[in-house]
Amino acid sequence: MHPALQGLITIVVGVGGCIAYYYFSNLFLDKVLFPAKGAMAGRNINRANMVRPWLFLMPALVALGLYLAYPVFATIHLSLTQRVAGGGFEFVGFENYVKMSGEPKFWEALTNNLFWLIVVPAASTAFGLLAAQLSDRIKWGNVAKSLIFMPMAISFVGAAVIWKLVYDTRPAGQEQIGVMNAVWLSFDEGSIWSFLFLKLVPILLVAGFAVAIALMTWALAKPVVQRNGPVSGWRTAAAVLVGAGAVWLIYKSIFGILGIATASLPYGEPQTWLTMPFWNNFFLMAVLVWIQTGFAMVILSAALRGVPEDTIEAAIVDGANPFQIFFQIKVPQIMGTIVVVWTTITIVVLKVFDIVYAMTNGQWETQVLANYMYDKLFRANDWGVGSAAAMVIMLLVTPILVWNVYNARKEMR
Amino acid sequence: MAELVLKNVEKAYGEVKVLKDINLEIQTGELIVFVGPSGCGKSTLLRMIAGLERITGGDFSIDGVRMNDVPPAQRGIAMVFQSYALYPHMTVRDNMSFALKIAKKSPAEISAAVDKAARILQLTPYLDRLPKALSGGQRQRVAIGRSIVRDPKVYLFDEPLSNLDAALRVATRIEIAQLKEAMPNSTMVYVTHDQVEAMTLASRIVVLAGGGISQVGTPLELYERPENEFVAQFIGSPSMNLLPGEVIETGETTVVRLENGGLARTHVPTQSADKGLKVKIGVRPEDFTETDGDAIHAGTVEITEALGEVTLLYFQKTADGAQIVAKLPGIRPELRRTEVKLTADSNKVHLFANGRSLLYR
Ligand SMILES: Nc1ncnc2c1ncn2[C@@H]1O[C@H](COP(=O)(O)OP(=O)(O)O)[C@@H](O)[C@H]1O
Ligand SMILES: [Mg+2]
Repeated sequence: MHPALQGLITIVVGVGGCIAYYYFSNLFLDKVLFPAKGAMAGRNINRANMVRPWLFLMPALVALGLYLAYPVFATIHLSLTQRVAGGGFEFVGFENYVKMSGEPKFWEALTNNLFWLIVVPAASTAFGLLAAQLSDRIKWGNVAKSLIFMPMAISFVGAAVIWKLVYDTRPAGQEQIGVMNAVWLSFDEGSIWSFLFLKLVPILLVAGFAVAIALMTWALAKPVVQRNGPVSGWRTAAAVLVGAGAVWLIYKSIFGILGIATASLPYGEPQTWLTMPFWNNFFLMAVLVWIQTGFAMVILSAALRGVPEDTIEAAIVDGANPFQIFFQIKVPQIMGTIVVVWTTITIVVLKVFDIVYAMTNGQWETQVLANYMYDKLFRANDWGVGSAAAMVIMLLVTPILVWNVYNARKEMR
Repeated sequence: MAELVLKNVEKAYGEVKVLKDINLEIQTGELIVFVGPSGCGKSTLLRMIAGLERITGGDFSIDGVRMNDVPPAQRGIAMVFQSYALYPHMTVRDNMSFALKIAKKSPAEISAAVDKAARILQLTPYLDRLPKALSGGQRQRVAIGRSIVRDPKVYLFDEPLSNLDAALRVATRIEIAQLKEAMPNSTMVYVTHDQVEAMTLASRIVVLAGGGISQVGTPLELYERPENEFVAQFIGSPSMNLLPGEVIETGETTVVRLENGGLARTHVPTQSADKGLKVKIGVRPEDFTETDGDAIHAGTVEITEALGEVTLLYFQKTADGAQIVAKLPGIRPELRRTEVKLTADSNKVHLFANGRSLLYR
């Protein structure tokens, strides 16, 4: 049979099946199970209405239970067992987790995931917010928005292929087809442009990142440090944790700045970008930022339009300049939406797999948890450790997911 | 301290001119009220004064300085919006401090100004609350407080009471009047569609209609000597009755033969050339008195509304579809379905030709 015909039949049968299920089960409920006639008509109608929601929810409940809930428990179970030679499983307690924590590749994946977790949601949300604000008042703003949104329609693997070409390397002397190398080779040693773009701008960017982290941490920690008003132990603990992370990031940034300042760059040589340890992580992150910026922009653009015009006019009369209006009037009013966007992207990031799989497959120190899990589960055929890795991902995602749903519901109210 | 001058000011949205030929001088310390029906451009004119709307023609100056292209913050104005426009994410204190923080005032100065304004407006207990935890009246006071702390030359109000319930509206109206009393040197421009607010608050009223100024004057001038039929009917409630007729006697006292057969005398003077002129006389419902002699209007009362101190009489519609209303003192429900003959003091009868009052020519 022709595949197109097959597809068509599948669609017809699938959709028809759904309609038939709802129609006939509803009919059965009303006519056979609890008919709305006879002595019990009133009671039957009430009962039918009580059963009906469950009837309609049934397909979703069954599918979710079978494909979501059951696998979770099966994975927990698998992560606590080990295969025995000759078939069968045996219970080994937390041995898989111990084994996994002894592997440097796991820690590499976890660290990289943390980097992804910080950079991608922050960059996507920031770029999305910037694009939303800048494209708001101009005539071709909608065209710009469509262009920025377009990567959303590309699959992660497709995006990875596109960006692999961006990072492509040809031997010196040949024409470079990768944009990155083409740009790189146009820089000469000692020229003003090289200094500007390869030393000054990166240093400023890293310094800006460090300052932003410091400011954000200070804003979070201020109520705890100054002790005005009631401060719960929870908040103190969270502040200490965030503070420690911030100090580490700032420490890293300072070393990064020193590194950039002192590095002697190999001008004139084409670079294999994806094999540069540490930096290649950022080249991979760029792909996801490129995709997620569109999502952030669309949501934030709608939120920005929801900011009451008269609060902005009041701020104008109060003498605020456009930056103050943006940061002190608009952004605080859409903070709820920003948090929802941020956490939504965070969840995508924690699950990131395809991009790494397609571009480096975790080589050259780019491993991430999801790809590590895939490696263990399907390549090494080590179901125990693979499932343990899956559990780690789930443990990381769950609190963010709960928070995300909580915030999204708060926004809707 | 501010004198506002508008000279031939106009506003066009593309091809459509919503305001034209606006000429107005506002003296320091006045409370000017812009009043007019919905959509007549009151808000637009106020927003042009505020600098939120571009002035597309003419000149606008404050204290002799041309303001057309000066940004709002540098005009020395403060504005209270119809919807309050409080910053929802800031406490009352932060809402009131925002402008001063932007202006880089010292914290001591800011908190002194905010505390003082809060005391005047009785907002002190609420300073640390968010706007959503305040009642409508309290929000309105925060919005006013936000203006006061800036100590502007000119206060602009855009229908500040229209979102409040009736009782609160009266209370807040009185508070605004007291506020004005306490700041005799500040100029206020106040927009409303409610003529009672206009009459009670204004030192002068500007009636806007059809994209222009219909009349400017003190509340009593507008009430006693309306320049045209629009102002005559807009000011006063229920509105003035207009009855068509023809001038039959001219001089110090003009006599008009009405189309309904009635006869009216008015002290609006006319010249002998006016004899035979088609006119409309105007009589306010409260100026009608019962009579046995020559009547301005005679007819059957269809509905009575006894309000206690007065009774409103609604007559059967006249041949041209006009609804005549009279307001008689006391409680008179027994007049329903009876024949009543009405006349009015000749000092209280207005005279219009082609829509304009014959007092002004
Ligand atoms: N941005 C705009 N574009 C076109 N017409 C407008 C705009 N804003 C207001 N108008 C028109 O200007 C007129 C005056 O509006 P406004 O000043 O808000 O009236 P109001 O007296 O009720 O405050 C209205 O007829 C309105 O339709
Ligand atoms: Mg208005």
